[in-house]
Amino acid sequence: METPAGGCCGSGPPLLLSEGEQQCYSELFARCAGAVSGAPGPGPPEAARVASGSATAAAGPVADLFRASQLPAETLHQITELCGAKRVGYFGPTQFYVALKLIAAAQSGLPVRIESIKCELPLPRFMMSKNDSEVRFGNSAELHGSKVPIPYLTTEKNSFKRMDDEEKQETQSPTKSPLASPPSSPPHYQRVPLNHGYSKLRSGTEQMHPAPYEGRQPLVQSEVSSSGGPGAKPLRHQASLIRSFSVERELQDNNSSYPDEPWRITEEQREYYVNQFRSLQPDPSSFISGSVAKNFFTKSKLSIPELSYIWELSDADCDGALTLPEFCAAFHLIVARKNGYPLPEGLPPTLQPEYLQAAFPKPKWECALFDSYSESVPTNQQARELNRTEKTSVKDMTDFPVPTQDVTGDDKQVLKSTLNEVLPKDVPEDPVIPKDSNSLKARPRSRSYSSTSIEEAMKRGEDPPTPPPRPQKTHSRASSLDLNKVFQPSVPATKSGLLPPPPALPPRPCPSQSEQVSEAELPPQLNRAPSQAAESSPAKKDIPYSQPPSKPIRRKLRPESQPTESQEPSTAVGGPASGTSVKPHPTVQKQSSKQKKAIQTAIRKNKEANAVLARLNSELQQQLKEVHQERIALENQLEQLRPVTVL
Amino acid sequence: MAQIAVIAKENYPLYIRSTPMENELKFHYMVHTSLDVVDEKISAMGKALVDQRELYLGLLYPTEDYKVYGYVTNSKVKFVMVVDSSNTALRDNEIRSMFRKLHNSYTDVMCNPFYNPGDRIQSRAFDNMVTSMMIQVC
Repeated sequence: METPAGGCCGSGPPLLLSEGEQQCYSELFARCAGAVSGAPGPGPPEAARVASGSATAAAGPVADLFRASQLPAETLHQITELCGAKRVGYFGPTQFYVALKLIAAAQSGLPVRIESIKCELPLPRFMMSKNDSEVRFGNSAELHGSKVPIPYLTTEKNSFKRMDDEEKQETQSPTKSPLASPPSSPPHYQRVPLNHGYSKLRSGTEQMHPAPYEGRQPLVQSEVSSSGGPGAKPLRHQASLIRSFSVERELQDNNSSYPDEPWRITEEQREYYVNQFRSLQPDPSSFISGSVAKNFFTKSKLSIPELSYIWELSDADCDGALTLPEFCAAFHLIVARKNGYPLPEGLPPTLQPEYLQAAFPKPKWECALFDSYSESVPTNQQARELNRTEKTSVKDMTDFPVPTQDVTGDDKQVLKSTLNEVLPKDVPEDPVIPKDSNSLKARPRSRSYSSTSIEEAMKRGEDPPTPPPRPQKTHSRASSLDLNKVFQPSVPATKSGLLPPPPALPPRPCPSQSEQVSEAELPPQLNRAPSQAAESSPAKKDIPYSQPPSKPIRRKLRPESQPTESQEPSTAVGGPASGTSVKPHPTVQKQSSKQKKAIQTAIRKNKEANAVLARLNSELQQQLKEVHQERIALENQLEQLRPVTVL
Repeated sequence: MAQIAVIAKENYPLYIRSTPMENELKFHYMVHTSLDVVDEKISAMGKALVDQRELYLGLLYPTEDYKVYGYVTNSKVKFVMVVDSSNTALRDNEIRSMFRKLHNSYTDVMCNPFYNPGDRIQSRAFDNMVTSMMIQVC
């Protein structure tokens, strides 16, 4: 028996099921499984779980069902084999769903192969003796959750319409049952009509589990959470409650936007995007420059034209930079694209910057966000997290080096869960999840979760490494001395250009001492000055000049040493120079301290610039040499040829 | 009949679109020949007037069947537009405004960090804009 909770159930190719398919399949499965387990089970969730998770569809009803699909027996055998039932020996939910999908494929004329089920297919048609089932399935052949009349809630209008359609299929028991079922929250009153429709849908076949279905329906309705995920499987009550609230909000929000379910950003996704934004740009109210965003989005491994198109869609004001809402929209589009959604022709209304800004308040500062995020995660994602954690974390570990932060783990789960909702799968049901994870996505990548997790992990994993390499070549004091040797040609010029204003003489608490010391130091420094860059020598000179050569002071004194250093060449003798420089020191000490810092930063910048220029210079020198050599070679050739022509 | 072409600084096409799809080769040829005229006009303005040089070059040369208009940006990217001679309703101002729209769209394309200058223009927004313009002309 498969255990609904916990690890993956069974095997089988990942399946991509739309909401309608979810509904039908779960229903069929329940029917087949219910035949085994007998009477409708206990409460709705458990029954559902029984139906979908732990139960296995008995061979008998399954065979009947398959035969009802009116496919040749050979095809059915193939299907059974492919779906893995033979392998595992029973029809678990995964296998069953795969089989149904294969049946649909076969009925559509596609070859019975795993690949066939990866594309969107109409629902399989079963010619049951119950007249309505066929009609029902036929009706529900409209895919793409938002349009599915089956109680995937799009709008109440739809539900009412559906009710009318199914009027003829009414049976008594189901009609009553959903109404009597425990609607978990007020919003469900809106769903009740849908329940009606839904029940009528299933009216054709005998209701093996009116109870579970009852329970399911409100939950099913509430499945359409903010991410619009349809859920055929009943949810946990709490989750449904919460989701119902969010759905209620959504319903009230904008009915017309339901077709945009894949393009609606959930809270969790939003949080995640905002965090990513912040990793790129600390100020949420500012924007990310084009190049930064380009590097970031390139990590998602989408093709450049697609990324270019996504940028076009999301950068509404075409300024080459992404504000937070634009960034969220772009990110969401990328995520959706990675999960197989075709890119829309225009920016969906739910992704418009104005909408995003209005729907979600501007991100609060870190603590608030993380608080809200952490709150939302446990409440909304209980069921999901359980299963997702295992799989996703495993996946991530294997696939990419992922920073083992709890937040990121949650991120992935959340993201995956929301994405799973987005891609109409049944989401957060324990029994369902194992099946989901196995079967749902027919992506070339191993699992749907991994595809998103890979991307997210990649982005997250790579984000830490990508902080820009410190361009500042601020060397430690020791190293600066060494590198200064390199800079000697350019430095004196810049230095002298830089420092004419500050006399910036090093503070001399003991002029006499410093004098003596400086005298002693200067000659050796004079010797060294030609070989070293100006900075080092002034630094060294500063040491004796100032008090005990503590490093900070040495740095400060560097600029001040400049005048001394400039004096150096002029005055061969260090003594008088030091002497003259010593006297003014005490007087300008205070001013110079402030100037020192300013000068230090300027010096550092200049050093960096110098480093760059020096490197450039060396490269150009090399190129020049090469060109010279070429020229020489060419001249030689010319010389060789010339006598020929002359003669 | 109308054709629009965007030529890069190095005189290779970044984007060429023509409404009657069958005459593309001829259109390519026309655009190519008009490049000479564009260069001539640019240089004729004189080096001293480079800053004041107007972007809109006006009618490059008329032929029997069509008129060719040119426009060059400050980065030496040229826009060439060919319209039917029989389309007398098209006035200079309209052509100017069309070029301006082209220029704006081109700028938007450039703003896309995924667009490398010198690549062919594959932006859907640009396509849509050009289509709408051509519909307006024809």
